[in-house]
Amino acid sequence: MVRKVVIPLVIVVAIIAAVQLFHKDKPFYDLKLEKLRQEYAIKPVPSVDHSKFVILQSDFETPQEVTEACLTCHTEVHKEVMASNHWNWERVAYVEGRGIRAIGKKNLLNNFCIGSQTNEQACAKCHIGFGMSNDHFDFKNARNVDCMVCHDNSEEYKKGASMAGYPDRSVNLSKVAQSVGQPTKNNCGSCHFYSGGGNNVKHGDLEVAQTACTRDVDVHMAANGLNMSCVDCHTAENHEIIGKLYSVSSENINRLNCEDCHTNMPHFNQMLNRHTAKIACQTCHIPTYAKANATKMQWNWSEAGKLKDGKPYMEEDSLGNHTYMSIKGAFKWARNVQPDYVWFNGTADHYMMGDSITEIPVQMNKLFGTHDDPNAKIIPVKIHVGDQIYDKKYNILIQPKLYSAEKGDSAYWKDFNWDQASAAGMSRLGFPYSGEYGFVKTEMYWPLNHMVAPKEQSVSCAECHTRTNSRLAKLTGFYVPGRDNNPILDGFGFWLVMLSLGGVIIHAAIRLFYSMSHKEYETEIIDYDTQSNQK
Amino acid sequence: MPKVYIYKRFNRFWHWSQAALILFLAITGFEVHDSIHLFGYEKAVYFHRVGSYAFLVLIAFAIFWHATTGEWKQYIPNVKMLSVQIKYYLSGIFKKEPHPVKKTPFRKLNPLQAFTYLGFKLVLVPMMVISGLLYMYHKTVNANNEIVIRDINLGSIANWHSFGAFLLIAFVIIHVYMTTTGHTYTSNIKAMITGYEELEDEEDPAGQQNGQEKKK
Repeated sequence: MVRKVVIPLVIVVAIIAAVQLFHKDKPFYDLKLEKLRQEYAIKPVPSVDHSKFVILQSDFETPQEVTEACLTCHTEVHKEVMASNHWNWERVAYVEGRGIRAIGKKNLLNNFCIGSQTNEQACAKCHIGFGMSNDHFDFKNARNVDCMVCHDNSEEYKKGASMAGYPDRSVNLSKVAQSVGQPTKNNCGSCHFYSGGGNNVKHGDLEVAQTACTRDVDVHMAANGLNMSCVDCHTAENHEIIGKLYSVSSENINRLNCEDCHTNMPHFNQMLNRHTAKIACQTCHIPTYAKANATKMQWNWSEAGKLKDGKPYMEEDSLGNHTYMSIKGAFKWARNVQPDYVWFNGTADHYMMGDSITEIPVQMNKLFGTHDDPNAKIIPVKIHVGDQIYDKKYNILIQPKLYSAEKGDSAYWKDFNWDQASAAGMSRLGFPYSGEYGFVKTEMYWPLNHMVAPKEQSVSCAECHTRTNSRLAKLTGFYVPGRDNNPILDGFGFWLVMLSLGGVIIHAAIRLFYSMSHKEYETEIIDYDTQSNQK
Repeated sequence: MPKVYIYKRFNRFWHWSQAALILFLAITGFEVHDSIHLFGYEKAVYFHRVGSYAFLVLIAFAIFWHATTGEWKQYIPNVKMLSVQIKYYLSGIFKKEPHPVKKTPFRKLNPLQAFTYLGFKLVLVPMMVISGLLYMYHKTVNANNEIVIRDINLGSIANWHSFGAFLLIAFVIIHVYMTTTGHTYTSNIKAMITGYEELEDEEDPAGQQNGQEKKK
């Protein structure tokens, strides 16, 4: 009898153990297949060789001459470029609660280098034009369009530091002009990787490592994977590029979505597909960001201005990231950061110059969306925090003048005088400055869209569906199975089960007591003992 | 006492598969509730779903069986004898008094059982099935922007479902314990396995009245 039960049990347990021990998952990614895909993929081949055009073989004195040469063939293209956000640094958009506004880099503030106004000479390094040195830049002059910064395929071109968007003097313009083509990662990356004054400072999910990374960092851009370039997804028609980021955008239009390629039912598992109604793809598929190099998480302007022997200085951490700069303040960096999560419906508001400070931390940009909004999904974001200068009397943020080539021009980065820098900045923008300044905490939200992980590394179910440390712990007001429960109900359930068990045990005990008092068991036991003693 | 064939083959199959499914659904369900960790969340959800479909199929067969065989009449509650039966469990059972209502193949359930199982079938199981189906098909907006079930708050659906789960667990605990209250501690379980149970002679009215002597 015992054997009949024990042997099958042992066999079952042994089989389960053997399966667990010897079962190996398939190697998680077939790189051979990827190589074949790359080898046999249809790649666009340019139909012209720009080095054969005579006009591009001339010695160009100024970059504007290159643009003029481009326009001799591409006769109308400047109109497209000059209609784009890359050129205008602003979009006309409807903003909830404000109406129609033209907003963009031209006039918004952030909590990194604060704002471009009064600092154009330096900031225009990332403008696709030449000579934006102040607010008098002529946005109608086609000669100032910089074709090369996006279309140079020779990696020769670079913009000069604080040269108002002009190329560095070392650049061989003829070489660049003869090697133009579709934008590569390097072209886009020259601005988008280094925004905020260094690699990966702002975005956290866009950085120089993605020009040659592994699949672990970014499945799309991986050198040993699809090796996609930016424009493979961010396609363009007439220089209007799809996709944008809500650090400067407001409207739910012209967005680039994962679904555009992957559809909104990309999983074999229907349970996962149903998540796509409320969860953005990025939420599960970008488990961490800043995977290769650190990104800036905190920027405290209030600590700027400390000098050593009257001179500005810098401090670095062990990874070479600045932790302190006299001109900018104190920073905190982080790598492999787990995102924060917010509801987002595709529309956003921004702090605009002159807005009264109504909440602290000041929201530099506000992503709209709630659980009840049918257009809203949960997205991952990087939240960049910090403090920055504001006018205590007028209760508004200050746009300080930071950059100047020379001392004595009220620029903070030269003179380290907040009062002068604020007065200079605010007077040019046409806002009052009371002379009383302080520092106020600010927050900025950066939606994460890149650094998509291989599927094996995507966020697992239990990382959100858990009572403790759920990734979605901060998002309340809706029920997530596993994360949420009703403590009163669970308490009732616990006591119901305990009372049932207790009742049963007590009842059994009373029955046993009555049986014992009738000596049913006692006699049996005594009989057994005496028998075995006799033997 | 004669051995009587009391639980027919489907009856036993239904009972044990229902028992197994309830246990399985409880384990996987409480993992979804994040009370225990065994299979991992993803698998627990999947298993719970598969188990629930199996349970629905079983329920369909059981309803058919009850309806066609007339077994449903077993559950008509005998309210008059209910208090007698409860009193028996609270006192008589300790003194080894006989069961107040005799068990026959036509009246397999004592009044308390009939009443409890009727509640189980008409309240508890429907509650679990309805809340479970609402839970399973709860969507906000699906892939085709088709709104399926949106206006019912998922939290309240889940609360009804876990309320039912707690009641079920309490039921199972007491139910398992009550199986030991037959002629011998295991006679009820053996009957549910083999189908046969030794029942008191129907013709003997004394068995109902003077069990004390009869027993010996």
